[in-house]
Amino acid sequence: MAIVDRLGEKLDGGRGGSVILTSVDALLDYCRGKSLWAMPMGTACCAMELIAASFSKFDFDRHGTIPFFDPRHTDVMIVAGTITHKMAPVIKRLYEQMADPKWVIAMGNCAVSGGIFYYDTYSVVRGVDEILPVDVHIAGCPPRPESLQDGVLRLREIIATESIAPGHKRKGAFTLPRDAAEGDGE
Amino acid sequence: MGLDVESRRVVEVEEGGTVEELVVNVGPSHPSTHGVCRVIAHLDSEIVTKAEPVIGHLHRGIEKMAENRTYLQVVPLTDRLDYVGSMYANWAYCRAVERLASIRVPDRAEYLRVIVCEMQRIASHMMAIGSAGADSGAVTQFVYAFDQRERIIEHFEELCGARLTYNYVRPGGVSHDLPEGWIESLLAFCESHRKGLDMMDKLFFGNVIARGRMKGVGVLSAEEAVAWGASGPVARGSGVEWDLRKHDPYSVYPRLDFEVPIGSNGDCYDRGRVRLLECYESCSIIEQAIAQLEPGAIMADGVPRLLAPLPGDAYDHIESARGSLGVYLVSDGSPRPYRMKVRSPAFCNLALLPMLAEGHLLSDLVVILGSLDPVFGEVDR
Repeated sequence: MAIVDRLGEKLDGGRGGSVILTSVDALLDYCRGKSLWAMPMGTACCAMELIAASFSKFDFDRHGTIPFFDPRHTDVMIVAGTITHKMAPVIKRLYEQMADPKWVIAMGNCAVSGGIFYYDTYSVVRGVDEILPVDVHIAGCPPRPESLQDGVLRLREIIATESIAPGHKRKGAFTLPRDAAEGDGE
Repeated sequence: MGLDVESRRVVEVEEGGTVEELVVNVGPSHPSTHGVCRVIAHLDSEIVTKAEPVIGHLHRGIEKMAENRTYLQVVPLTDRLDYVGSMYANWAYCRAVERLASIRVPDRAEYLRVIVCEMQRIASHMMAIGSAGADSGAVTQFVYAFDQRERIIEHFEELCGARLTYNYVRPGGVSHDLPEGWIESLLAFCESHRKGLDMMDKLFFGNVIARGRMKGVGVLSAEEAVAWGASGPVARGSGVEWDLRKHDPYSVYPRLDFEVPIGSNGDCYDRGRVRLLECYESCSIIEQAIAQLEPGAIMADGVPRLLAPLPGDAYDHIESARGSLGVYLVSDGSPRPYRMKVRSPAFCNLALLPMLAEGHLLSDLVVILGSLDPVFGEVDR
């Protein structure tokens, strides 16, 4: 028997006993992080890399991230591409249709900050964080599919800190930021 | 623009009471609209009586932005126009600049441009054929087609470092020469790609379900195709023999031997199959271009970083994967274009949607839209 706060380590490592005592937070975070259904909000070029990421060579289904085109069934909105002033209300409305808990990944420079369309144009929203709360920013024009996969895995780390108590973060579970990932033994 | 529910038709029936048209909003976030297109569909039971595309959800003002950039700085913007086939917009823009500034491009650069653009045609058509499969319920086809596309993207990445936005064709030539071993690996790809195409032809275009979904749906006659300004596979699917590579030859295409596949019925099936047959021709063009490729310069001599062409204007067009892609440039003698205008084939082809969709089922609407193969970066610009 084990009392664990980070349930995932015990289960994934196969070291758990027949009975595990854990907290509700840890159980919920474990389940949520492993099955992130994604709402692919592809508007422009990055949508191509989003499709590529979910197809044969890269295949981010294996992280439990299934693209599904219904906001009501999805957990994370991947905003991939330029957001224009005409498109912004649509994206906001789709986000509002998603059920809590929900997260947002801004994929590509356009969704992060407007990117190449930051200057000299009159019709582009300068980053999706002007209209939605963004959890993970992925830079690149467009980012490689591997970057998107890394973004999803980092979102999972963020989810590991969530608590059902509003405004409360769990301690000890947060591993971001990580640099020089080699040789950390995990 | 709202849904305009007020304009729906209301018919009184003999039994008493009224029957109203149903107004359905498809998009702008919809898996089958190929981007951010919104279609307002008026339905009589499940039959589309009126389908109206609403565009502009991806209007980024690229033509306006070009007025504030130098001629070289505009090239990355053209990448983002048609993001399924970035090389074409690069090339069309560079041809217009070269015409404006009277730059002569070295032979090797022209051959490299032909090679990358034919590769791009395969990549773009794979996307079109694959999504045509996904639209009609055959997701397997999408996976097979995307696998072929991915191999081309890998070659592009090796060539210029980018998977999608290449910035490869520059005014005066191209940015990089071929890496070592690239040609051999490309030839091997052409060989295997033909087998892949054979398989897709049997698997998808020979499939009874796909034929049932696409044959006789969205029929476009040759006269209408010409009258509406359709070009590319959409016009050729209707039997219009119009390919700028053959009929307004540019670059080194006159030295290459290839055929232009033509459809006969002008339905979704023919438009899709013309794309598939074009991929065979593209493979053959690539092989011929590689055989004729000779060492030499890849960039014209003396092209300045800050081009300032004499005042005047220039228009040039090429055959992109979607049709005739033209760029019109006006120079006032300064280092920045005074005006840039893009003649987008995707925009002209999309204009056919209301006519083609009328009288078909709502589920055929997405098949028809997919067969027109619009890319909204280019439609909205």
